[in-house]
Amino acid sequence: MKPGAFDYIRIDSAEEACELLAQYGDDARILAGGQSLMTVLNMRLAQPGLLLDVSRTAPLDYVRLQDDKLAVGAAATQASVEWRAGLAGEVPLLKLAFPHISHFQVRNRGTVCGSIAHADPSAELPLCLAALEGEVVLRSKKGRRVLKAGQFFQGMLLTARRPDELVEEVRYPLAATGTGYAFEEFSTRHGDFAIVACAAVVSRDGIRLAVGGVADRPRVARWPHLEDSALDAALNDFAWDLEAQDDPHASAKYRRHLVRRLGRRVIQQASAATSGEK
Amino acid sequence: MKRLEQGERHTVSLILNGVPRTGRADNRTLLSDFLRHELGATGTHVGCEHGVCGACTVRIDGAAARACLTLAVQAEGRRVDTVEGLAGKDGELNDLQQAFRRNHALQCGFCTPGILMSCSDFLERVPGPTEAQVRDMLSGHLCRCTGYTNIVKAVLETAAERQARREEEKHA
Ligand SMILES: Cc1cc2nc3c(=O)[nH]c(=O)nc-3n(C[C@H](O)[C@H](O)[C@H](O)COP(=O)(O)OP(=O)(O)OC[C@H]3O[C@@H](n4cnc5c(N)ncnc54)[C@H](O)[C@@H]3O)c2cc1C
Ligand code: FES
Ligand code: FES
Repeated sequence: MKPGAFDYIRIDSAEEACELLAQYGDDARILAGGQSLMTVLNMRLAQPGLLLDVSRTAPLDYVRLQDDKLAVGAAATQASVEWRAGLAGEVPLLKLAFPHISHFQVRNRGTVCGSIAHADPSAELPLCLAALEGEVVLRSKKGRRVLKAGQFFQGMLLTARRPDELVEEVRYPLAATGTGYAFEEFSTRHGDFAIVACAAVVSRDGIRLAVGGVADRPRVARWPHLEDSALDAALNDFAWDLEAQDDPHASAKYRRHLVRRLGRRVIQQASAATSGEK
Repeated sequence: MKRLEQGERHTVSLILNGVPRTGRADNRTLLSDFLRHELGATGTHVGCEHGVCGACTVRIDGAAARACLTLAVQAEGRRVDTVEGLAGKDGELNDLQQAFRRNHALQCGFCTPGILMSCSDFLERVPGPTEAQVRDMLSGHLCRCTGYTNIVKAVLETAAERQARREEEKHA
């Protein structure tokens, strides 16, 4: 299992990456942490002619607070966000989700932007971005576009990114006061991709529940404050809406069951976290 | 910007276990193969070549990472540490390796080099881990022989020994 042949360029700046993407389009692939792409190349599921390596692009290696968001550049690893001292206060949902993302050795090299660009329907970082209504900054030679998570994710491994665009930055909204966050996941073994993952955001305005691993992309439901049977009914409708499929990992019925159970649990946890803060 | 053409052999220089080394690699040569075939460092093992088994884990600039998901050309100028660098100059096993031996934390030893490299990074970052943290870190490795229990024991024992040594040094 070895990759096919390709040309390789170590990228020094976002401008350079965009210049080359404009020139080569689909035949060029951004290589970030390589924790998904190298697997794909080793198995020869893709054979791009040119790899643009952004993993050591210093100007893109940043994690910083910017207005009311945590901005993560294309070269920043998942570990560099996970090990931030203040993360639990800044973006509590990410703090809760990181331990579920693969393994420590993989997070050391995998990037945040790479996971967003890859858009695996079971991946935790896209799910959190959708739950928090975060943003993706796309950059090409022509300029920048900023898309909301809901606009960016379009399907299984499918996004609104055009072939000449770099995912330059991803922005996670910072925790708001009086708002609670919770994350739960069910997978066969710890670190495996999620069979179902749920993230809840509960504020004065209501409930937001994001579910990954079921539909072809992370899906978000928005509800006013619901309790007991009204919440059960809403969760059940949402579980059916997601059009779960049977696959070798789990049946559609089991996935709906997990959405109802985990969904209720994260909503309860997030609600408790709001009252704890007051 | 330097474009490395496919089909050509490029010079790759890195610091392997503290020693500057140079070899030749195609763009598509994996770091795991470069270490084994070009530099002769066969301590790093290769299992799945898609990031799952952990046998190929090395430290790149200190961080535990899969050598099979890294290109040799990406390691240019970097510090790469492998299992060969753990023992002392006279071949004496380091404390972690000794704990593995004492606790029968290996049988065939195929998974061991990767696990040792993960543990060495992890114990520097988390000097006093709980059992749950150790098990979480080990979830990135597959071992078909030991059932993990003795590995967990060896890691916790090493952490405790290092803590005790640090305490001693503080009061010396
Ligand atoms: C054993 C194992 C278990 C894993 N388990 C999980 C898991 O449980 N949950 C999970 O979410 N992930 C998991 N992953 C995947 C991991 O999180 C990847 O790191 C992540 O999906 C991709 O990030 P990367 O930086 O490695 O991107 P790469 O692998 O380098 O790239 C992935 C794709 O995105 C594109 N791309 C990357 N960066 C950009 C950019 N800035 N702009 C445009 N395109 C870009 C690439 O061209 C490629 O198509 C696992 C991986 C392994 C090896
Ligand atoms: S050979 Fe690299 S993880 Fe299995
Ligand atoms: S000791 Fe044989 S695989 Fe771990």
